Amino acid sequence: MEYSPPPFFKRGPSLLTRFTFFSILSVALLVADARFNYLQALRQGIAVAVYPLQRLSSLPGNFIVRIGEFFVAQSQLQRENEQLRRQELLDTAATQVVKSLESENQHLRQLLGLRERLAREFIAGEILYSNRDPFTRRVVVDRGFQHGVKAGQAVVDEAGVVGQVTRVFAWVSEVTLVTDKEQAVPIQSVRSGLRGVTFGIGYDGTLELRFMPVNADIQNGDLLVTSGIDGTYPPGLPVAVVSNIERNAAYAFARITCTPTSAVTSFGQVLIVSTADQLPENPLADDEPGPKGKKARK
Amino acid sequence: MNFDWLRAPPVGRAPPQEILLPVKTRYIALTLVSALVLDLFALPGVLQQIRPDFIALTLIYWVVYHPRRVGFLPAWFLGLIMDVADGSLFGQHALAYAVLMYLAILLHRRIVMFGMRHQIVHVLAILIASQLIMLGVRLMAGADFPGLMYFVPSLLGAAIWPLLFNVIRVPLRPRSHPDAV
Repeated sequence: MEYSPPPFFKRGPSLLTRFTFFSILSVALLVADARFNYLQALRQGIAVAVYPLQRLSSLPGNFIVRIGEFFVAQSQLQRENEQLRRQELLDTAATQVVKSLESENQHLRQLLGLRERLAREFIAGEILYSNRDPFTRRVVVDRGFQHGVKAGQAVVDEAGVVGQVTRVFAWVSEVTLVTDKEQAVPIQSVRSGLRGVTFGIGYDGTLELRFMPVNADIQNGDLLVTSGIDGTYPPGLPVAVVSNIERNAAYAFARITCTPTSAVTSFGQVLIVSTADQLPENPLADDEPGPKGKKARK
Repeated sequence: MNFDWLRAPPVGRAPPQEILLPVKTRYIALTLVSALVLDLFALPGVLQQIRPDFIALTLIYWVVYHPRRVGFLPAWFLGLIMDVADGSLFGQHALAYAVLMYLAILLHRRIVMFGMRHQIVHVLAILIASQLIMLGVRLMAGADFPGLMYFVPSLLGAAIWPLLFNVIRVPLRPRSHPDAV
């Protein structure tokens, strides 16, 4: 075929026709994905097919990391070991306090007739790589629906909230970081108890606390933890520290920037927290929605 | 009438026309899969963001030098695979590769006539065009412009074009000297 003359009669569709055909097909896929969120099954199928290649391509990197680990100095290991022992001792003490507090809390909640906070399950995972897509802030974790991960679960590391699982494949899942554009986390200030929502702005290492009035009780260095009212993130996990506040009376809201506490850009171990559904049922969900249902209730 | 001014300026020489072994379809598939592996390879931090798109480069090579061997279909499917691996919008890379194939086929007779330095410019134009398509798609879908770093992969890709050109040709060169008895 290589050295035969080009076919004279059977040339197939013209270049422009082929180009138009494939462009229209791509645009159709784009619209189906971006607007209607179809094609999850197709994505899953391709992901399963690509998975061996992905593992294959991560082999050399893993190998280098292993070799690097093998040649860690003895003194460093000893130091680390000592540090971990000390940390464990401290943690054990803290855990014991937590246990007694937990039982006390449960008792009090029973007395008050409050809902019990459900025990949450954790799936430990490891960040494989950060996503190549330069438009988003996402990482890929080595746990998928084969391990029980579901879309929407919260992901935390030892320092705080990392993000939320947005796409689950068979053996890996995609986590949207809190710094991704428009990724929202409901928070509460530890010092003042003020509730709000932080938004990612699409840059590493910066979050924005939006819709806070100019005179809101927020100071530099305030620790923001998850408020838990969204039902996704468990309450009390550190999210960010307020780093800069601009109060300008000309605007309705203060400009508050924060720094996330978790090391969201580095590779490491993370925990995927299962979202126990403990919200009360939506009273409007059962019968006719909208104001009509409200009226009937009155 | 004199049409000399229509001719391309005589700067840079086209790479010498080598007599290569016939290209097997298996070899083309192998190069494309290797390019895919190179694209999937996890790199730390900034390196990840500036890695050139090897699939695009390999596609350009095959389309320019063997335009009847690689069609739109494999390019489009590789685009879909990249979309899934990248977690980008489904069809984004596919559309970009369709544009890339169109431009490469359109320009292939022209590109082979130029020397390496001028080929780089053509390749750069094609790569930038395909990246602009992706940028346009994402901007329409509501993303922010990710900064000028976004175009570094195209620059790097064009810069390694001569290297890729030679590496792909290594297994295609005849093993013994043609004049040897």
